[in-house]
Amino acid sequence: MAKAAVKLRAKEKNGVIDIKCLLNHPMETGLRKDKKSGNTIPAHFIQNIVAEKNGKAFLHADVNSTVSKNPYLRIQVEGGKGDEIKVTWTDSKGKSGSGAKKSK
Amino acid sequence: MKRRLFMKGTLAGGAVTIALGAGLLAPRAALASWPKAAMESSSVGDTGEASGLVKLDGPDVAENGAVVPITVDAKGVDGIVESISIISASNGKPLVAKFTLGEDAVPYVSTRIKMGKTGDVYGVAHTASGILSDKKQVKVTAGGC
Repeated sequence: MAKAAVKLRAKEKNGVIDIKCLLNHPMETGLRKDKKSGNTIPAHFIQNIVAEKNGKAFLHADVNSTVSKNPYLRIQVEGGKGDEIKVTWTDSKGKSGSGAKKSK
Repeated sequence: MKRRLFMKGTLAGGAVTIALGAGLLAPRAALASWPKAAMESSSVGDTGEASGLVKLDGPDVAENGAVVPITVDAKGVDGIVESISIISASNGKPLVAKFTLGEDAVPYVSTRIKMGKTGDVYGVAHTASGILSDKKQVKVTAGGC
């Protein structure tokens, strides 16, 4: 894998950790067609995202195929410097990817 | 007696189909919670009351419908915000994402969505005191759905 499954940045300010992440995923809706062969590209998109702080989930997202390709997500959680933030996604094929970082 | 057997049969059959369906769609336990019916529904659903406490931010005009940045901020709400949903009324499947917030989470999400055509985007917050929302019309010049 050339690219990381989740690119993550976490920065604390005034007791709130600001988390910016980029999830590397094609997010196929199942409606798009292959231009060359004319075949429909099967749906393949992230369905669940779980964000954890120090191993405890604080946000759970149910995501539809209408979220953009390589989804960008910015979320916030109360916490301090050094808290470990982990973001995990699971897609419609059951694959998953995650990224973790300590808050700055 | 026959009726009873029949009922048993259908029930068992039904259970197997459900189990199979769930197995195919959700090989992992975590996925079983994906609300398929709500996600594939073509109705906008309950957007609750319009409220100034929830703020939705997005572009007035989106040149590329495949990438429309949307921010929902419900920090103004008193008390607990249970979840934040992003709904794009003009999409075939309006519910874009639902963020269920747990302990310590700040009711703020920002992401990028796909929009097929011009329409209203709703930011809906489920709170202890009811469903509050904000909407904004986003004009799409090139669809991306």
